Amino acid sequence: MSAQAPEAAGKIAGGQVEDAPESCAPENPVEQFLRMDRMPHIWCPGCGIGTTVNSFARALLEAGLDLDRVAVVSGIGCSGRVAGYLRLDSFHTTHGRAIPFATGLKLANPGLTVVVYSGDGDLFAIGGNHIIHAARRNVDLKVICINNLVYGMTGGQVAPTTPGGAVTTTTPYGCYEPAFNLPALMDAAGAVYVARWTTYHVRQLTRSMIDVFKKKGFCFIEILSPCPTLYQRKNRMGDGLDAMKYYKEKSKIRHGAPTAEVALSKEGEIIVGKFVDRERPEYLELMRAQLSAQLGERYVETEHLVCS
Amino acid sequence: MLHADPKGVLTGVHFLDGDHAACEGALAAGARFAAGYPITPSTEVVERFAARIPMVGGIFIQMEDELAASIAIAGAVWAGAKAFTVTSGPGFSLMMEHIGFAAMTETPCVFINVQRGGPSTGLPTLPAQADMMQARWGSHGDYEIIALCPNSPQECFDLTIRAFNLAEEFRVPVMLMMDECVGHMTEKVVIPPAEQIEIYPRRHTRRPPGDYQPFAAGPDLVPEMAHAGEGYRFHITGLTHDERGYPSMTVAAQDRLVKRLKAKITRAAERLACYEQQGVEDADVVVLSYGITSRVAQRAVELARARGAKVGRLRLITVWPFPTAQVRALARHVKAFVVPELNLGQIALEVERAAAGQAAVVQVPHAGGGVHDPEQILDAIMEVLK
Repeated sequence: MSAQAPEAAGKIAGGQVEDAPESCAPENPVEQFLRMDRMPHIWCPGCGIGTTVNSFARALLEAGLDLDRVAVVSGIGCSGRVAGYLRLDSFHTTHGRAIPFATGLKLANPGLTVVVYSGDGDLFAIGGNHIIHAARRNVDLKVICINNLVYGMTGGQVAPTTPGGAVTTTTPYGCYEPAFNLPALMDAAGAVYVARWTTYHVRQLTRSMIDVFKKKGFCFIEILSPCPTLYQRKNRMGDGLDAMKYYKEKSKIRHGAPTAEVALSKEGEIIVGKFVDRERPEYLELMRAQLSAQLGERYVETEHLVCS
Repeated sequence: MLHADPKGVLTGVHFLDGDHAACEGALAAGARFAAGYPITPSTEVVERFAARIPMVGGIFIQMEDELAASIAIAGAVWAGAKAFTVTSGPGFSLMMEHIGFAAMTETPCVFINVQRGGPSTGLPTLPAQADMMQARWGSHGDYEIIALCPNSPQECFDLTIRAFNLAEEFRVPVMLMMDECVGHMTEKVVIPPAEQIEIYPRRHTRRPPGDYQPFAAGPDLVPEMAHAGEGYRFHITGLTHDERGYPSMTVAAQDRLVKRLKAKITRAAERLACYEQQGVEDADVVVLSYGITSRVAQRAVELARARGAKVGRLRLITVWPFPTAQVRALARHVKAFVVPELNLGQIALEVERAAAGQAAVVQVPHAGGGVHDPEQILDAIMEVLK
């Protein structure tokens, strides 16, 4: 398929949409990034994951990356299904382990752009140890975390991000565990780029995704995303549209906000923006510098560890 | 078959322990990526790899735990590398999920387990052979793996190469089931010139993108691979999947996939069977053993023969898939199998299954922490012959 979707669709001539019956509408420009033979997807009406995929596809389009060199790695859960819908080299791994799989993939072929696309439970509960170590090492991974505050795939259980007081199927009387503040955690662990958006902020989100495609090192984007079927229903917070209204009314853009001040609460203010954007040497740079310094000409620097 | 890349081959006559020899085997086999987590008595394998690999060209990374190490290698393999990890008891338990993932996604990779006494933390510095069933059955669901069992540092070198070759040929995780004794015993290890080491190449597809299905298998039931970044834009999942690699939650897809994953190994079981036998033709009793126990058993067999007993010995080198046909054939001629092992009866159960009642199976169990006294095995032999 051509990278120029409108041409591929064959419905646009000279920049003008020809008169055509509605059934022959121009192809959606993001379709080229999707495995259309896997549609319809499994996500519920009002779910925000598809919205983030749309932003991701537009970011890929605008960043002008060689799509043959982009790999997406997901863990398990609703967000873990993203990899399977993207027409890229894509890996649906085990629960919580997308990050170490992606680490192996990236280190063995540094020429790849490796994106980890997964959920808050996958990345921060079962996978919590891996994400802090990948950030510490500053492995060049682009981590996109869909935070819907709950375990969706398994039916709405409490997550390490569930706000205090929220009802889930395993906290039927309200959550009493303190929640992680994900940007603060990633900031402390050493991520070079930390941003948060909601699925209301699709253009800002797309820009952040383009930012991380261009940045070297461990980058983290949290996306607050609605789960109307489980989280909102249990907490009488309405449907997907109500979530958009909530995001619109309660979000405040504060670029550079100290991450310690951006914790979420059940119905409080949502601080969004780019919080961290700094330079630190990336894992392979550190490795090569150390080994070169110690071993001199004996060091065999490698790029792609491909076997015969 | 290809020849080994000379960069990784330390040709010569060496005095190495089994852990170091296994590392040299991995390098000779073409492993250029290893991920590990420290655990006694296996750590020397990756310590040596960490010291050697910068001069060969490749990467060692010490991960945050064994779960991470065991899936980082899968990532490296899908990028194109040959990769392995090394562990012992508790770490092996943590790796089970990714042994299943590697089996399901047909990721060629090698897991080395230098066995120590268990359960739990057990005996970190002392030997056992009590993970033999775990190697076969430890991850959930139906699957097959290949497991090899060396009894000397030389075999740690040789069988590590064989493990990598089998992993590539069958696209399956292969276990090298060492034990603390073999890992820490130092002996002569001969590393041949690179051109004398045969390497099974990656079964990379020759089909162009668009004409490639990642899990469409030919007559030998093993599909061809592509690597990330080559334009194939394939999908890999631990979910039950179809030939395209797409999740497929149906009885038919499950039946088709899981039966193929099993059959690609079981159909080759006789060809995979690798063993060493001596004096079994006219034997009344065969002592069946593997790993370090085979060296103790050899002494017991010699003592029994000195007493005039007709005793043969069979040493398993391939433990999984179990060499059922070979054991069954012997069962028709012998009175009994005597099975000493550093566990309370694991492979002995397989011997019983293979013998199918045609020969008795006498266990000589040992809970681990040391090796048998040859007299214990001798007593079992003489008891059978009474």
